[in-house]
Amino acid sequence: MKKLLLSMFAVSALSAGLFVSAAAQAAEVNVYSGREENLIKPLLDRFSAATGVTVNLITAGADELTTRLELEGANSPADLLLTVDVGRLLRAKEMGLLQAVDSDVLESQIPAQYRDSEGQWFGVSLRARVVVYDKECVDPAQLSTYEDLVDPKWRGQICVRSSSNIYNQSMTAAMISHHGVEATEQWARGLVANFARDPQGGDRDQIAAVAIGQCQLAIVNNYYLAGMMNATNEEQREQASKVAVFWPNQADRGAHINISGVGLTAHAPNRAEAVQLLEYLVSDEAQTWYAETNNEFPVRPGVPVSATLQAWGEFKADELALEQLGTHNAESVRLMDRAGWR
Amino acid sequence: MGKHGSLLAVIVLCLLLSVPVLTVFSSVFNSSDGVWQHLVDTLLWSYIVQSLQLMLGVGVMVLVLGVAPAWLVTMTRFPGSRWLEWALVLPLAMPAYIIAYTYTGMLDVAGPVQGFIRDTFDLRFGDYWFPQIRSTGGAITMLSLVLYPYVYLLSRMAFLEQSVCVLEVSRTLGSSPWHAFTRMAVPLARPAIIAGLALVLMETLADYGTVQYFGISTFTAGIFRTWFGMGSATAAAQLSAVLMLFILVLVIAEQWSRNRARYHHTSTRYSRLPQLRLKGWKMVGALLYCLIPVLFGFVVPVLQLAWWAWDTRALVDFSAFSQLVFNSLRLAFTAALIALMLGMLITYAKRLQPGLPMRTATRVLGLGYAVPGTVIAVGVLIPFAWLDNSLDAWMRAQFDIATGLLMSGTLIAVVFAYIVRFLPVAMNTVEAGLGKIKPSMDDAGRSMGLGSWQILRRIHIPMLKGSLLTAALLVFVDVLKELPATLILRPFNFNTLAIRTYELANQERLTEAAASALMIVIAGIIPVMIISLSISASRPGHDKRT
Repeated sequence: MKKLLLSMFAVSALSAGLFVSAAAQAAEVNVYSGREENLIKPLLDRFSAATGVTVNLITAGADELTTRLELEGANSPADLLLTVDVGRLLRAKEMGLLQAVDSDVLESQIPAQYRDSEGQWFGVSLRARVVVYDKECVDPAQLSTYEDLVDPKWRGQICVRSSSNIYNQSMTAAMISHHGVEATEQWARGLVANFARDPQGGDRDQIAAVAIGQCQLAIVNNYYLAGMMNATNEEQREQASKVAVFWPNQADRGAHINISGVGLTAHAPNRAEAVQLLEYLVSDEAQTWYAETNNEFPVRPGVPVSATLQAWGEFKADELALEQLGTHNAESVRLMDRAGWR
Repeated sequence: MGKHGSLLAVIVLCLLLSVPVLTVFSSVFNSSDGVWQHLVDTLLWSYIVQSLQLMLGVGVMVLVLGVAPAWLVTMTRFPGSRWLEWALVLPLAMPAYIIAYTYTGMLDVAGPVQGFIRDTFDLRFGDYWFPQIRSTGGAITMLSLVLYPYVYLLSRMAFLEQSVCVLEVSRTLGSSPWHAFTRMAVPLARPAIIAGLALVLMETLADYGTVQYFGISTFTAGIFRTWFGMGSATAAAQLSAVLMLFILVLVIAEQWSRNRARYHHTSTRYSRLPQLRLKGWKMVGALLYCLIPVLFGFVVPVLQLAWWAWDTRALVDFSAFSQLVFNSLRLAFTAALIALMLGMLITYAKRLQPGLPMRTATRVLGLGYAVPGTVIAVGVLIPFAWLDNSLDAWMRAQFDIATGLLMSGTLIAVVFAYIVRFLPVAMNTVEAGLGKIKPSMDDAGRSMGLGSWQILRRIHIPMLKGSLLTAALLVFVDVLKELPATLILRPFNFNTLAIRTYELANQERLTEAAASALMIVIAGIIPVMIISLSISASRPGHDKRT
């Protein structure tokens, strides 16, 4: 019995230590981040070092964080919501979770199509959804557009991940913006008919599948291939060496672009510091870091891209204002359900 | 406090712990803007079929992997059998999503195994047949390999406690060992086997990591897709409610099978179990049978993880890493002890007052285990945020003091979610142990003038030591592996091993994720071995020489 009491005492002591949080410091800013810790923390640390502002971070899926933000309401400690795609920012705005920022820095540095016209969210880096092809059996002259991927000549040759993935949802939402629901559903059905296998795995898995010959084409985000080309793992580098990038739709609207972006929360307790961090994210230093570390494209024109991306050459990006994707995300999911895109 | 007072207190406690599950259930009555109709039109049916397939497959496979080895290591002796006795529990330390990552890395089309086949025989993809790892069959195998220990543990506990008399009677009646297994041991152990199976099936339904990684559209995957893809929390809650109906059926079936018969034995004679020494092909067969689950559920994936971890050792930041280990361990420790105390309290109250209110309350509580962690997390967020915000509003109005969020976003919320999710594990284990203690023991104690608390302290706890330890350690290991609730509910700047592993794996950096994955497994091995050893020691009279 003594032991039991003793252990109960130990628990209470331990729990007490567990639950006492550090007292608030002078200047701080709280970030809810959909971007994983190792892909954002180094940048936030630099910001802290430069400004003396402490950055507190929670990372999780953007949807979960949005739910948390919504439920915490006016008392939420969060100042900034950071996501890796535009769809979640649009939804947060729609739910009334964000507020407008009026900043000359942000407006002058970020092209209009990559930020909210009301200033509620801002893109800080760009990612392109590209076609990757097998260098051995595909002549790039056969490739042209996303629309062309439904051509029967690609029957059984296309690898792409699940439609649960947000990048596919945004790509399809953009398609709806350009062509309408009906044509996009036709397109999705055609694409499904050309699948080499049931959608599975992530973007790197699609690239690997092309490298070993399970399919000839894959639709992936640019930085996954760049990451494989620079991987520590030799096998990944070898797989990456067997494929090449094709920029789709260069003769018309350009390649589909998504952003990683940030919004100021509606009840941010540290507004000034939050805006300071927002502006830091489009600074030369931060933009270069995005480009070098994760092989994304800087949102600011004129900041140099990484050597890997430079080697892929210039490309034309779709200039569709991303806020137009807003209403299309849920529709794109339903559409892909109907088309049988798992 | 009178009898009714304490009963009421326990029921209130149960209700409190059921709030997250009930919160989710209550949104069923909201309108979902046609999302539900869309689901019925397109994918609902396939969600149901896929979930049933997965449950059926995992159910059969865990029985095959769990029951017979439990009997073999308990009732027979063969080379390695003592070692296998505890080694068979090891896969419990392996989170399902991690074993899935690991085998995918090895066996996928682009992995080393298929690469080796292609290089050696100079084949191209499509020229040869190889099982598809990312498939329903693959998911069944992965989940079974790490979940069978529940069935193994509980059935072994039951085999160990079976009265020698029953077995001797069967032997004197001329039945073979095989008959003794199929006709006597298994039917007698049925409640324990079914309890283990119920735990496994609930884990299977709640699994998201594995099915999502393999691209299988189960119910849980459907909940997430509906919620996140279509932004409909209501339709997701409605799907969760359907999921809970599945589970309610399971819970009721499990309790029904337990309640129909009384399984505490009446003999007071315990002696060492007579162990049959196996020879020849029987020995080889038994050894192989028991080796397979350990090999594929533990040894192979651990070796692969160790290989990857070694490969990426330069990238590990050791000071940050030890903080992760510390965070994971203290959370698991706190949650395990709280779950143990609450589990004991509730189970004991139920034994004293087995009326309908108590049974209903514990049944609702039991649902928590099968609800996906993310859903539980939201079920915790809603009432906590409401409470905090109401208190804040009241304090502002009355005293002009802003209290802000007191509990949301603290580790209290995290631990609460763990309790809601894992208390059923503790309760099941304690209840199984308590069920073995004859009510006449209580009567004897009472006749000597002991009160309920003293009966618990002086009779039950000493007799239950093994079960209590097992209950606490099972929760400990489960919390160590838990991901989604921790991810969503945690405070700022707080990380665990599971989160670190997930974030790297989510960026498709499996090799870099290996170090923290391996650490979860290592941290889980010690409690898992203690569980196993304590069960061996739990047989009354186990050290008595005959």
